[in-house]
Amino acid sequence: MAEEVLVFGAWGSPFSRRVEMALKLKGIEYKYIEEDLTNKSPSLLKYNPVHKKIPVLVHNGKPVAESLVILEYIDETWKDHPILPKDPYERANARFWAKFIDEKCLSAIFKACWGEHYEHEKAEKEHEKAVKEVSELLQFLENELKEKRYFGGETVGLLDIAANIIGYWLGVFEEASGAELLTREKFPKLCNWANEFVCVTAIKENLPARDKLIAYLRNRFGAGNASK
Amino acid sequence: MAKNDVKVLGAWPSPYVMRPRIALNIKSVNYEFLEETFGSKSELLLQSNPVHKKIPVLIHGDKPICESMIIVEYIDEVWTSGPSILPSDPYDRAIQRFWAAYVDEKWFAAMRGLRSAQGEERKAFLDQVTEGLALLEEAFGKCSKGKAFFGGDRIGLLDIAFGSFLGWLKVTEKVNGVKLLDEAKTPGLVKWAERFCADAAVKSVMPETEKLLEFSKVLAAKMKGAPPPKN
Repeated sequence: MAEEVLVFGAWGSPFSRRVEMALKLKGIEYKYIEEDLTNKSPSLLKYNPVHKKIPVLVHNGKPVAESLVILEYIDETWKDHPILPKDPYERANARFWAKFIDEKCLSAIFKACWGEHYEHEKAEKEHEKAVKEVSELLQFLENELKEKRYFGGETVGLLDIAANIIGYWLGVFEEASGAELLTREKFPKLCNWANEFVCVTAIKENLPARDKLIAYLRNRFGAGNASK
Repeated sequence: MAKNDVKVLGAWPSPYVMRPRIALNIKSVNYEFLEETFGSKSELLLQSNPVHKKIPVLIHGDKPICESMIIVEYIDEVWTSGPSILPSDPYDRAIQRFWAAYVDEKWFAAMRGLRSAQGEERKAFLDQVTEGLALLEEAFGKCSKGKAFFGGDRIGLLDIAFGSFLGWLKVTEKVNGVKLLDEAKTPGLVKWAERFCADAAVKSVMPETEKLLEFSKVLAAKMKGAPPPKN
């Protein structure tokens, strides 16, 4: 039976890019459908009625939603180039940090770049606080990386893919908003990792164009908290 | 395996703590339950979970594992001689994980909102909770395929994820004077809830509703008296 793999995504979304990165790593052919998130297609609403969000992977007509759930599904379905280790403790560890990134990092990064607008006197103090929070979170990841080339070890794994937000989008957010968060001085390992990460073919081919993303972010969220 | 090789750091009222305990029971693994004192965090907890400083933590040998559903999957992968908690088919696994994430991120978030909300806001949360239960009733039909649990004949991942909230669901019903699980609207879930609570792996760790109700009053009083949250 011919296999049909569809990916519903949005060009700028790190979440749908995760799915594409995993499929590319495993050499799986798929059809990509770009969604206009201001005008969601009937197909998207049919395949993800609960959240009505991208990404959705549809494999032979069966939909899977939520990027981390999709990554695990991809790894369990296509066994070449595994993205999770075999050892249960290491698997738990990768899942823990992937969840950490989604639950803590993204919102903290956004706040530091484009946080709520405060009156002038409060603004700088709140910005400092937000930057400090991001710093603490990044420190955890810096420590987790240790001397490894990738979070996954010698090859890119689930956590590297989940950390695409840190590996590429964070730098773009910084440039778009003027915030300085992932500095080489404080996070040398994470910076090295980010440079390696974006060079991996399956990753490189799936990064949205930097200029386009910066323009979109500035348009959507404004010039940013840290802009002078 | 020696009992002190497996420890669970937790507290009896926490639905999240129930989850690894149910999973260990399913696998017939002996463990030591280290109860945290309400209102303070032990050194062991702070060392074992420095990132979140939260319960539950599973300590296996000297390795800490955090986040309740991650712990459940770990337990399933380590103790393979016991009954499986996750199904073997990747698609079924994805569906279980999807709904477990939904229960935690959307449904219980609405339940928590209900606890402290007033007036219009309260009605909004209640609607969200009820809509969520309707979705879960439908999911139950699809996942169980006519069998007793979301996991089929035996308790599985989604049963554990959702079932662990049943104690708090009953407390919410009493406190708010509403019926959330209803024979008319969610007949499948009503029967499932009874079976879940009666299951051998669950019974010993599911707190009695009255005890939980008393605790919820203590919790509410503490929250009222507590200083406003920093962020």
